[in-house]
Amino acid sequence: MDLKKTALHDIHEQLGARMVEFAGYHMPIQYSSIREEHRRVRKTVGVFDVSHMGEIEITGPRALDMVQKITINNAAHLQVGQAQYSAMCYEDGGLVDDLLVYRFPNKYFLVVNASNKDKDYEWMLKNKIDGCEIKDHSDEYTQLAVQGKNAEATLQKLTDVDLAAIQFYWFTEGELAGAPMIISRTGYTGEPGFELYFANRYAVDVWNKIFEAGREFDIEPIGLGARDSLRLEKKMCLYGNDIDQTTNPIEAGLGWITKLDKGDFIGREALLRVKEEGPKRKLVAFVLNESGFPRHGYKIFKDGREVGFVTSGTVSPILEKGIGLGYVKKEFSKIGSEIDIAIRNKLMAATIVKPPFV
Amino acid sequence: MNVPADLKYTSDHEWARLDGDTVVVGITDYAQGELGDVVFVELPEEGTEVSQGDSFGTIEAVKAVADLFSPIGGEIIELNPILEDAPETVNKDPYGEGWMVRIKPSDLSQLDGLMDAEAYKKHIS
Repeated sequence: MDLKKTALHDIHEQLGARMVEFAGYHMPIQYSSIREEHRRVRKTVGVFDVSHMGEIEITGPRALDMVQKITINNAAHLQVGQAQYSAMCYEDGGLVDDLLVYRFPNKYFLVVNASNKDKDYEWMLKNKIDGCEIKDHSDEYTQLAVQGKNAEATLQKLTDVDLAAIQFYWFTEGELAGAPMIISRTGYTGEPGFELYFANRYAVDVWNKIFEAGREFDIEPIGLGARDSLRLEKKMCLYGNDIDQTTNPIEAGLGWITKLDKGDFIGREALLRVKEEGPKRKLVAFVLNESGFPRHGYKIFKDGREVGFVTSGTVSPILEKGIGLGYVKKEFSKIGSEIDIAIRNKLMAATIVKPPFV
Repeated sequence: MNVPADLKYTSDHEWARLDGDTVVVGITDYAQGELGDVVFVELPEEGTEVSQGDSFGTIEAVKAVADLFSPIGGEIIELNPILEDAPETVNKDPYGEGWMVRIKPSDLSQLDGLMDAEAYKKHIS
């Protein structure tokens, strides 16, 4: 199968990025070093091409009802210009995907994971109600994430829009670097920053202008490798690792976006039961007390008994320690508990901590 | 891809350099690129005896973990001391400062069975 390319694909290759297949796209995993790119975002500012993400629009008089039916957060609370972290569940409470919901005057704009986009779109069509239209616009958008404490100063040079006035999880439509775009104060790094959505034809020009504007902050392109370690240090879930159709949002620590009192939605009954009975396991954050690299799928032990498994892990470029997320049986999930991670036939001591890691 | 002409290579991407009557061992530029940022290198204690092809350590990198295989049999007489604090040296200088162990070989002729630079280039292409 031919891999899809983002509008910035050739630039990544010119920059010498190491390219990999991801969600059907040929994407940059690193340009120089994952750990150095990671630290660049924590220190000043970096730019990610995340155009592989999916953008699905829901329009029509009953667009809100449709969003409410398929998502677990309460979209009725969204004002025009506001964004919300949410998720979609199956009837049994398992997760279809996690996503962002943006409210525009005349539509809801849903940003979904690249690897789930087709599945999500089919799920939405399957559950579509009358009085709304659902359309996949993913191929039309370039998405850049500009993240780090100097992101605002970098982008402000390129626009008349007052970026400081955009609050966290709010957005505006405006011109930046000569391109009409959605400017959203959101991100997947835990740093201040923006996500920009605009038409593909502007991609190269916008990219170049952002790098010119950010030169004084040593701005750098950041690959998917550092995107993963940055989100992990902040305990943001990654679909396919920490959450999937076999996990529910309550046990994944996403109770804060699960609004069981908002009215009916797909998965509500199952999630209500989980909430009443209490989850059997919990997604916990742990720090290794020895030198080791926890990885997805490694087993978790307590006093010699298997009690769970690792869903994400890395060696934190900031803490210089092994960190990870994993599901453990609820009775062993307390913060401060000592557990062991089985790293290639060796048990390594770890402590459950209160996230974020940094 | 940097493949120095004066080294011998294994199919598992280790290199071996004859230095007097000892052999210095590391991983190739190709291997460090495939692994990504190296975060730990686990090596055995000095004095450990290895046979050719034995796993003598592991290398933990951001993208993957890999075993290290000895290109030659003998006694490990020296470990690279800087890798404990600066494992990223393997990425920066795989054929120089990023070496891993020095081996006193039991049979130097084992080197003859390894690939030369030309053969290794074909191996990774």
